[in-house]
Amino acid sequence: MYAYSRFDRDFLAERNTQFRAQVERRIGGSLTEDEFKPLRLMNGLYLQLHAYMLRVAIPYGTLNSAQMRQLAMIADRWDKGYGHFTTRQNIQYNWPALRDVPDMLDALAEVGMHAIQTSGNTIRNVTADHFAGAAQEEVADPRPVAELIRQWSTDHPEFQFLPRKFKVAVTGSAQDRAVTAAHDIGLRLVKRHGEIGATVLVGGGLGRTPMIGKVLAEFVALPDLLPYLEAVVAVYNLLGRRDNKYKARIKITVHETGIDEIRRLVEAEFGPRKAAFQGADMELLDRIIADFHAPDFVGGAGDFDALHAADPIFRSFVDTNAAAHKHPDYTILTVSLKAHGATPGDATSDQMRLLADLAETYGHDELRISHEQNVILPHLPKRHLRAVFDALGAAGLATANVGLASDIIACPGMDYCALATARSIPVAQEIALRFDALKLEHEVGPLKIKISGCINACGHHHVGHIGILGLDRAGVENYQITLGGDGGPDAVIGDRAGPGFAYDEVVDAIERLVRAYLAIRDSADETFLDTYRRVGAAPFKAALYPEAEVDRSASREDRADAA
Amino acid sequence: MPRPFTPKVVTANALLEGDVVYLTRFGDWTRNHADADLLEDQATADLRLLEAQALAHEVVGPYLADARRGPKGPEPIHFREAFRTRGPSNYAHGKQATLQADGKQEAQ
Repeated sequence: MYAYSRFDRDFLAERNTQFRAQVERRIGGSLTEDEFKPLRLMNGLYLQLHAYMLRVAIPYGTLNSAQMRQLAMIADRWDKGYGHFTTRQNIQYNWPALRDVPDMLDALAEVGMHAIQTSGNTIRNVTADHFAGAAQEEVADPRPVAELIRQWSTDHPEFQFLPRKFKVAVTGSAQDRAVTAAHDIGLRLVKRHGEIGATVLVGGGLGRTPMIGKVLAEFVALPDLLPYLEAVVAVYNLLGRRDNKYKARIKITVHETGIDEIRRLVEAEFGPRKAAFQGADMELLDRIIADFHAPDFVGGAGDFDALHAADPIFRSFVDTNAAAHKHPDYTILTVSLKAHGATPGDATSDQMRLLADLAETYGHDELRISHEQNVILPHLPKRHLRAVFDALGAAGLATANVGLASDIIACPGMDYCALATARSIPVAQEIALRFDALKLEHEVGPLKIKISGCINACGHHHVGHIGILGLDRAGVENYQITLGGDGGPDAVIGDRAGPGFAYDEVVDAIERLVRAYLAIRDSADETFLDTYRRVGAAPFKAALYPEAEVDRSASREDRADAA
Repeated sequence: MPRPFTPKVVTANALLEGDVVYLTRFGDWTRNHADADLLEDQATADLRLLEAQALAHEVVGPYLADARRGPKGPEPIHFREAFRTRGPSNYAHGKQATLQADGKQEAQ
């Protein structure tokens, strides 16, 4: 993992000292809220529906046990004993008091963490594949590139006042677990003629106007990558619309300008930028790569196979939550933060400490946060899986549902968020409880349900196999359903199914969709998404709106009678 | 014909804690919606909002929210404002805990 240099520590200490003074000036009355707001947002501090919220960056979702323990300590000391892991691999504290925030930031700095650029019109926390450095099929570990981008973008003087926020994701795997196509810039590391480089996508994004990113460059070699990215952001900084907040993201710039013209402008900008870098970025990248060396893996699976064969509950847990590791005696274990009925993405301080202990004892001291709001032990020897399973079970963390119907992404929604138009969390809780009661989700198989509590789409509903969008319709919560979305390498925006559902109707509607899928799938191997792609929306719409189907049949009969 | 005026309360978030507060008829802030001053005409509502905006050292972002007269005091109309009176639905971490203890929570 990357370790902070003295420069990093000094920078952070100075920044935190500045913010402490800004907080004092706000409380003392010498800063107005209009003056203070951009300062607090630059440091990750929002004011939400019921309280302040501090959003802490977990760069590319990677952290060690000391960092996780510190997050737990902060939750206990200054919050309400838990944290919420987000769809951008961050953690949010929902209840800090203004006066405590500088102390929280100092506590974060002690373990090389901060909340800088987790808000505002800047380049936000860079996200990456949560299986980075462990996945069997990976071309290259994306985290050194992500760390390079983090360092370049943090406090970058040219990019502190962009037209709008700017999100970058990096994957080193063709499976694209980082949803790169839904980011302002998505980087897919690829190998060409033995050389590592990146396919650069631009102009993806969800929100009010969802768009899939377009390929700006098929291959940018690593030595050119940072100046190329700088050229892209510089072009956007000049062209991006500042007259209309809803048209300010780069996806609109690309849409209005055209990808070919954007490419021409970027290439024109690239030359001078490249010359100015003088190779310093590659020297830095080499040092960063050295920090991300793989752990010293120890071979031997112990009695894993026998335990796996003997205990069906353990077997179900492993088969559902574990993924193939590049070392045959290791596994990548996803710990679900989606126990049925729990708030998606929330972990108590005790759970955080347990995960830290397990990572330190068994997992080469590494943890990951996924954009799907789960925690990952990326390097777990199979011989320790049983001990880890038992420990997780005792802490309510052994739910075997990763990738299934109850592994739901949900934004905080109107339970916390000031922008939300409806609640997300209780809808997610009730869907999970329903599927648990039905004992259906393992039979259903892979299914991604994603819920957003407003059009901004923090819950990624557009790329859910089933997406749910909570809206305010004439003063009542109403939930629109989209179908067939996909956040993978061939990302697709879901299709809106039809009229929305009331709060107390939406769980039944989701059950009808899933039962329709079970009735029409070819076989147990055909997933929900495959079935949707094969048969189209019609049978799912019929399941969602049976009254409309009845009306249509009645009208057909009327016409037949009339004839 | 002009639309009838919907009564309002002045609401904001407290500067230090960030929690939801309402302006009372005495010009101070309460955490309990039922203790808010119900403003029944536009001119008074605008005036009280200006008064609240001058209290920038106490609160953030004051605004007028629709409300109606209830048996124990003003009640929120929109569901967002109803949530703000009590806190999130997934944990009793908001003001609902205190209000329940005080027996002041409105029936929702």
